[in-house]
Amino acid sequence: MATSASGTARLLGAGLRALLVLTVICGVLYPLVVTGIAQGLLPHQANGSEISSGGRVVGSSLIGQRYDLPLKKGQDTPAPALKWFQPRPSNGLGENSVNTQYHLLLSGATNRAGDNKDLIAWVTDAKKAVVRDNSTATYQVRPSDVPADAVTSSGSGLDPDISPQYAQLQVHRIAERNHLPVARVEKLVADHTEGRQLGFMGEPRVNVLELNIALQDLAKG
Amino acid sequence: MGPLSAGVLQLLALVVALGLAYRPLGDYMARVYSSDRHLRVEKWIYKATGADPDTQMRWPAYVRAVLAFSLVGVLFLYLLQRVQGHLPGSLGFASIDPDQAFNTAASFVANTNWQSYYGEQAMGHVVQTGGLAVQNFVSAAVGMAVAVALVRGFARSRTGELGNFWSDLVRGTVRILLPISVLGALVLVACGAIQNFAGIHEVGQFLGGPQQWNGGAVASQEVIKELGTNGGGYFNANSAHPFENPTPFTNLFEIFLILVIPFALTRTFGRMVGSLKQGYAILGAMATIWVGFIALMWWTEFAHHGPAFQIAGGALEGKETRFGVGASSIFAVSTTLTSTGAVDSFHSSFTGLGGGITILGMQLGEIAPGGVGSGLYGMLIMAVIAVFIAGLMVGRTPEYLGKKIGTREIKLAACYILITPALVLVFTAFAMALPTPPHSMTNSGAHGFSEILYAYTSGANNNGSAFAGLNADTQWFNTTIGLAMLLGRFLPIVFVLALAGSLAQQRPVPVTAGTLRTEKPLFTGMLIGTLLIVSALTYFPALALGPLAEGLA
Repeated sequence: MATSASGTARLLGAGLRALLVLTVICGVLYPLVVTGIAQGLLPHQANGSEISSGGRVVGSSLIGQRYDLPLKKGQDTPAPALKWFQPRPSNGLGENSVNTQYHLLLSGATNRAGDNKDLIAWVTDAKKAVVRDNSTATYQVRPSDVPADAVTSSGSGLDPDISPQYAQLQVHRIAERNHLPVARVEKLVADHTEGRQLGFMGEPRVNVLELNIALQDLAKG
Repeated sequence: MGPLSAGVLQLLALVVALGLAYRPLGDYMARVYSSDRHLRVEKWIYKATGADPDTQMRWPAYVRAVLAFSLVGVLFLYLLQRVQGHLPGSLGFASIDPDQAFNTAASFVANTNWQSYYGEQAMGHVVQTGGLAVQNFVSAAVGMAVAVALVRGFARSRTGELGNFWSDLVRGTVRILLPISVLGALVLVACGAIQNFAGIHEVGQFLGGPQQWNGGAVASQEVIKELGTNGGGYFNANSAHPFENPTPFTNLFEIFLILVIPFALTRTFGRMVGSLKQGYAILGAMATIWVGFIALMWWTEFAHHGPAFQIAGGALEGKETRFGVGASSIFAVSTTLTSTGAVDSFHSSFTGLGGGITILGMQLGEIAPGGVGSGLYGMLIMAVIAVFIAGLMVGRTPEYLGKKIGTREIKLAACYILITPALVLVFTAFAMALPTPPHSMTNSGAHGFSEILYAYTSGANNNGSAFAGLNADTQWFNTTIGLAMLLGRFLPIVFVLALAGSLAQQRPVPVTAGTLRTEKPLFTGMLIGTLLIVSALTYFPALALGPLAEGLA
């Protein structure tokens, strides 16, 4: 008994020492080396691909954000600022639920199934809103024109992109609200449409933040 | 070009990339585990550890070493989380509660990486980088070590010796996982994944007001999360988060990292047993199932059945614009047919049948191609079962790779294939029967049941992905899923090593005209058939209540 107990203790000791040594290698040296190289050679990417406009940082080209009017009294959620291109819905973004010290951006999806009542209601409402907001005096949006990404939340809730179809759908509204010719806004969208990487990877997309920065410049100029 | 054609091209690109890596990586790994030489850094590690890397272990000693190392890993990770609030570099996050700390420790040591916490709101730099990411390496290295021990059991004869666990562990980490991780992490950073130790900080927004981010060693953790088929995301949104997976290219690259070692290990296996064709037969079964599942996933996701998806005009809920349906489907299948569980899109919002495909993928035992190491040993166990069934049909004593599959061997293999379904079905039944656990469901009806079935399937098979509507941060789920993960990882490992020991002792049986040729396509077909029949019979009733009921409604 005594020998087997001491054998077990010796084995656990060896396990602990192995774990500690591997922790130093994989948990300290490895991340520090990678961080060192990344910060030395690729600081822009390693720190979140921030983009600036008008001399100040306005976000990351990789992280979506909202373009809303200031919250009015009695409102739970602010109304969208229709002057700007709108991103996808983000119904999955939770409130700060664990940690009370910070109000962090919490990424996440809605996790609602195709037959879930909430999701059916959200999609139906979003579709009506997209049709209503984007129809102008001279341009009527049909429900069948609305692409799926315009009415669904993404996986991260931070999707920086919309489909080219959704961007094109917003062109008439944007032109009207910013007093710009439709053709100029159409060209803006076309210029900011990214095709599939190498022609086949992923899907075509438009980065909303970059598009809105360009729109701001266009409206100013 | 349409989305489906783009999806097919992405799949072809993956196949080409995996094909190019297959021979060099598979042969390299065979050399790593067969070599007599120790690198200087390895000698230094053995010195610090006090372990003799040259003692040959029989199976009981190998099992003890695996269990001791893993037990220490669970305790260490548990304590690290329990004292997080007092450690520097914790971003001000509090210590983790006991039940969640147990669940997370069990999860990362068992190579599962089920997460009942929100990464960006719970874990600081020390726990993420110094605790969780370390287990991403070593739990993967343990899986590879066990697989190699089983392969040695087939390759060796008239000895009970299976190699040395400490040497296998250290070599897998230092010579295989680390070098690929350093390169892979830099590729990810170059494409936009973040890598810093910034605290929680505010970044301006276009219309004013701040966004709050926490920095972190994300790229370095992301790469081993995929390469080690771990799957625990730095952020709650996992690989859907743009800081973890910024572009369509990184998405394919991450899928490649998930698959490259499990597929290449079949070459390592062929090398070590002295017949590359035996490895190809196993590879054939894995690849067929993988491609078949992707095709099925495309079919159901592009058809987008389900009321909400019909109204929306596509199954894009929970999917990122940059990946779309095509690439998200490849990721979902690859992550659930391996033990990874990372997600670039949220499985709970897939179509009913699409969600069912992810569940069935895990229920096959994660062997196509499976987790690093666990995929190979799981598939070899199924090969033993297939050989046994074939032997029954013709009335011959079954043999595999020149070893007789006798009573002891088939008992061990049978225990292996029974343990996971038992855990999944018993825990699911209890969770459904008790009054409180169903309160955790976000969705109701068939999909609510699927959330719980998914949770235990994912835990016991060491996957780690979720139908994440389930609020799993309750004492019941933290405890039971924690147990399912530990038992689902380590009981099968004990059976595998016992089998390896008994195979290694046998003298080889000469090949005769009556021997089943296990290197032929016929056997690949038999293996696939056996797999599908065993899993389907086990899980069909449960699947009928959940994803099938939802998908066929």
